[in-house]
Amino acid sequence: MNDVFSLREMSRALADGQVSSLELTQDHLARVKEVDSRLNSFITLTEETAIAHATAADTLRGQGDKRPTLGLPMAHKDIFCTEGTLTTAGSKMLSNFVAPYDATVVTKMADAGMVSVGKTNMDEFAMGSSNENSYFGPVTNPWDTDRVPGGSSGGSAAAVAAGLVAGATGTDTGGSIRQPAALCGITGLKPTYGRVSRFGMIAFASSLDQAGPMTRNAEDAALMLSVMAGFDPKDSTSANRDDAWLADVLHHGIAELERPAVIGLPDQYYENSGNQESLAEARRELEKLGHTFKSVSLPHTDAAIPVYYVLASAEASTNLSRYDGVRYGHRCENPTSLQDLYERSREEGFGDEVKRRILTGTYTLSVGYFDAYYLKAQKIRRLIAQDFDKAFADVDLLLTPTSPTPAFHKGQLTDDPVAMYQQDLYTVPTSLAGLPAMSIPCGFSQGLPMGMQLIAPAFREDLALGLAAQFQRHTDWHLKRPGESN
Amino acid sequence: MTSNTNTPSDDSTPTSGDGIDVAHLSALARLALNAEATSEVASDLQSIVTLIDAMRTVDTEGVEPLSHPFDGTARLRADEVTEHPDPEHFQRNAPATSDQYYLVPRVVE
Repeated sequence: MNDVFSLREMSRALADGQVSSLELTQDHLARVKEVDSRLNSFITLTEETAIAHATAADTLRGQGDKRPTLGLPMAHKDIFCTEGTLTTAGSKMLSNFVAPYDATVVTKMADAGMVSVGKTNMDEFAMGSSNENSYFGPVTNPWDTDRVPGGSSGGSAAAVAAGLVAGATGTDTGGSIRQPAALCGITGLKPTYGRVSRFGMIAFASSLDQAGPMTRNAEDAALMLSVMAGFDPKDSTSANRDDAWLADVLHHGIAELERPAVIGLPDQYYENSGNQESLAEARRELEKLGHTFKSVSLPHTDAAIPVYYVLASAEASTNLSRYDGVRYGHRCENPTSLQDLYERSREEGFGDEVKRRILTGTYTLSVGYFDAYYLKAQKIRRLIAQDFDKAFADVDLLLTPTSPTPAFHKGQLTDDPVAMYQQDLYTVPTSLAGLPAMSIPCGFSQGLPMGMQLIAPAFREDLALGLAAQFQRHTDWHLKRPGESN
Repeated sequence: MTSNTNTPSDDSTPTSGDGIDVAHLSALARLALNAEATSEVASDLQSIVTLIDAMRTVDTEGVEPLSHPFDGTARLRADEVTEHPDPEHFQRNAPATSDQYYLVPRVVE
């Protein structure tokens, strides 16, 4: 039954008494058990707590609770701490880690009555663009089992695309929500940095990490965002905002745009993209809806990948120094000294990509290299942010490809980390600037879904969501499912 | 973990990743890499450093570094007790403990 249901549709069916949360949750669990041995999109199924939470939601509904999110099944990326449940971040290092507390995102969604059916697979510590870096094995793209789902939130993307859940949380440091959303043909939103609390979200690069929704459509993304977002005193970079639209969207859905948008097309994003055809068609559709286009320039785009890999790796090398084999996580057998304990626990506990990033960060933060790399990258980060500020003086939103290619084959880029990093070409600049951006399906290339990215000014997710919802009311790319002919 | 004070003091103006001392970096990062892994990592790091070196041509004269989106500064909270220690709960994930201490190999003979 859940195969055709979005979160909103399930919400209405629950409100009308057509189905109970327990029935929906049991359906979801059954489908995961039936299908996921092929996809590997889940690391842990939380059947017992899901049944308990669904039953509790049904009881509340019986007592008159009418909240639209009550009893809706979903899943969490395994980067969010869930008290009493395995929380691995896709790493051997945390393969035995049972979180002692809940992430704020987990608490908020549980408080809204949402029912988590499990924890989704991911690239180790969110480092990767193909989900081939998970200790728990690669995830398969439901559109083509020989291909990757993208990463790092590849488990969440594949689970939503395959109809195992209608919504899942993801996290995005340099594109980890948007790129897998594009490669799996779903909707993914990276909110403005600071919009969603990072408390209890296992850290990769703290000045970039941001959680967001991965769903079948923009309406569901808005529904989930309204629950996930909000000020959190436990996160020192949490934004203290009072955006009325975020509360409205929960009950009334996404509002119509007040006027047609002026949409910027950054020259630098269209130079080498293989996504021209579907994007051109999307532009024609948006023009029919009254929107206009304007060419803009983001002159420091080429520097974004180098800057990102300097800053993200530096922050990662610092954040991941906490995994020492002493307080939690993997510890090597029979350490002969404290030094040996540290070195072998980390060597055994981390995978190759994580080690590469730690060593890259260690290199750029070393004495004698700091100014040339880290400080230089921070300066260019400001130039990149200023490019966006200038562009948004002339346009409301930006429209770009999400990824340079559709889903690639498993193993195709694993031996070439630098080629893999280019997957993030169109997503890292917004991460560096902290801006909200979303990917929505806009067509197909060789039978594989393609995504387009909408970038908005800071804290204006409503603009991106408004345009995306309007586009999805007039197109059906987001309704296509794997297994149908496209 | 303590930081290692050994540093490449004679190379303050790097121009490329030539001669990356992976053994030194892995010691700093507390990663025990075997010889084969060290050689693979050296080649990967070389490519990564070549990639990141591309940004060095950007003119950043007079530009202030941006360490955080929107120049955010970390907010401080009031100095009040908000949590209560629960070592038993938090040490459940520890590989080895005794009397609320974390056990590690003997450091002082």
